[in-house]
Order: sequence, then structure tokens, then C-alpha cells
Amino acid sequence: MTSTARSAFVDGACAVLPALPANVPFGLVVGVAAANLGLDPVTALWSAALLFAGAAQLAMMELLARDAPVAVAVLTAIVVNLRYAMYSASIAPYLQSFSRRSRLVLSFFLLDVTYALSVAKFRADGSVDRRAYYFGTALPLWATWTVSVTAGASLGTGLPPAWHLEFAIPLLFLALLVPNVRDRGGVVAAAAGGVGATAGLGVPFDLGLVIAALAGVGLGLVADPDGTDDEPPADRPDETPDGTTEGEP
Amino acid sequence: MTSASDPVLWAAFVAAAVGSYLVRVSFIVLFQRVDEVPRLAERALELVPAAVLAGLVLPSLVAPEGTVAVLTPKVAAGGVATVVAWRTESMAWTLAAGMGALWLLLAV
Repeated sequence: MTSTARSAFVDGACAVLPALPANVPFGLVVGVAAANLGLDPVTALWSAALLFAGAAQLAMMELLARDAPVAVAVLTAIVVNLRYAMYSASIAPYLQSFSRRSRLVLSFFLLDVTYALSVAKFRADGSVDRRAYYFGTALPLWATWTVSVTAGASLGTGLPPAWHLEFAIPLLFLALLVPNVRDRGGVVAAAAGGVGATAGLGVPFDLGLVIAALAGVGLGLVADPDGTDDEPPADRPDETPDGTTEGEP
Repeated sequence: MTSASDPVLWAAFVAAAVGSYLVRVSFIVLFQRVDEVPRLAERALELVPAAVLAGLVLPSLVAPEGTVAVLTPKVAAGGVATVVAWRTESMAWTLAAGMGALWLLLAV
């Protein structure tokens, strides 16, 4: 690593530092949910390390826990992660100069926090070593996430039910949801997605969430096709779904 | 617990990881012409988080056991957490406020 690359990596790591503590309780909750599902800590570790997406993993494990079809659980996880396509499109122009192999590796770590921090930095500082900075934000987050989930899975099912730790899951989703409801379309999409998923609890094969989410997006598009401003996301990194340094894998 | 066997669970997590990776890699590597993403598709992707996350939150607040019940401590604590999430946009504060409210309501 050259010295400019090393300093860019350190810059990225410093930028991501404030986001790390919030990911510890999130990871613990996912780990405990994994243990409740019957996964051993090693399996929990691998699933967290490979998927690197907390909301998707929780949604998936909730479905598996109530014996939904496995294919539906997988589909639900991918639908929850569809937002990464938006980040992928938005960050792509900044990464075009790197080799295909680098971009294949960089893509793996793309999520709310790495995206928000990196694009903000790339826009502010044209000369930064982008690949090193991006890895600086990504690797501490990935390590924190994987260790937290594994720790949660090791704590396992021993936590007292009276603590109602299962309630932390919707609260975490809520914390991610609120910054995403920014305009009329977002309100409609959220209302339709929420009500639809509740109404769809009895839908065959547990497809309720997938159907409700797609319906929410469709209704949001009809209600507010343009959003409050017309600029593409690449031009406003500060208003990404997670413009702050908080966020989740 | 789940009735799925370990190999099936492994396969499920690997499939979800591969699918998620394909979403992540989509525009960075697979579709080079980023400029040609239709505005409507872009807007649809923008709305995905709101729809999906609300779909995850609301049922766990109003129907944690599968049947809808609105006047419960969980709904009230969820309301408190929503306000805190909106004011602070902080995951830690949202978590603290929601759990605190729930414990308080269950204690009284």
C-alpha cells in the first residue's frame, strides 16, 4: 500500500468509527435471533459475514422461524436488499477507473454506511484514493458486524424473555425507516407497505411482505413519480436514505 | 426454531448472499451505462426502503402474535420510538426510547 493509500484508508476508518457502536446492539439482536432459530455460532458467523445485511438477515430469519418456504425467505432477503441497487447506480461513476476485479470486491461491501460516507468524501475530495478510503469505511464495519452477530449467537437463548429483546428488532427497522420517508411518495410507499404486510400475514407461502413491498413501491410511484426534487441521487449524497453516520449492514 | 435442516439453512443463506451480491454489483460492474437508468426505475428503487422497512415494522408492532391488536404496550412504545427516531435519526436513541417505554408500560 502506498502512503497516500494508507492515509486514505485511515481517513475512511476514522469516518466510520462513530457508526460502529450502533451496529453492536443490532448485531447482538441478529445473533440472538440466529440462536433462537437453532443456528450454532459458527453458522451465524458465516451467514453474517457472507450476507453483510442486517435487515435482510433478520427478515429472512423471522420467516424461517415460522417455517415459511425457504425460497420465500431468500426472496424476501433479496427484496429487502434491493435498495443497494440504488447505491450501486449512484456510486458506480466514482469507481469506473478501477479494474473489474477491484470493483467486484468493492461491491461486496456496499451498504448504507459505506455508500453514504464514501460518496460524500468522493464529491468533496477529488484526489483521494477512493478504493483505499472505501475499504477503510467497509472493513471495520464488516468486522464489527460479524463479531457482534457471533457474540449474540454465543449468548444464545439464555437471555430472559422478560427483557422482551425481540422488540429491539422492529425498533431497529423503525430507526432505518424514518429517514427514508422523505416525501409524499415515501409516505405512501411506507403506509402501503406497512398496512399491506399486516393485512397479508395470512397470505399463502408467507409472500405477504414481498407483495406488500412491491405494492408500496407501485403506489408510491403513482402518488409521487418525481419525488420532491428532480436531481438524480448521485448529485445529492447528503440526502441518501442514510445521510448520517448511523446505519446498518 | 425451524424445521429446516442445517444444509438447507446454509443453502438459504448462501443463496440470499449471492442474490444480495448481484444487487450490489449490478451497476458497479454489470450494467456499465449508468446514465441510461430510466428515471422511473431510479425513483422506484428510492421507494424500496420505505415500503420494505414499514412492511417489517408494522406487523411486529400491531400483530406480534399474528392477530391485530392496537391498544397494546408494544404499539405505544413503537409510537414513542417513532417520535424519537424522527427527532434524532439515531439508532441508539430509538432503541433506548422504545425499549425503555416498553419496560415502563409493562411495569405499571
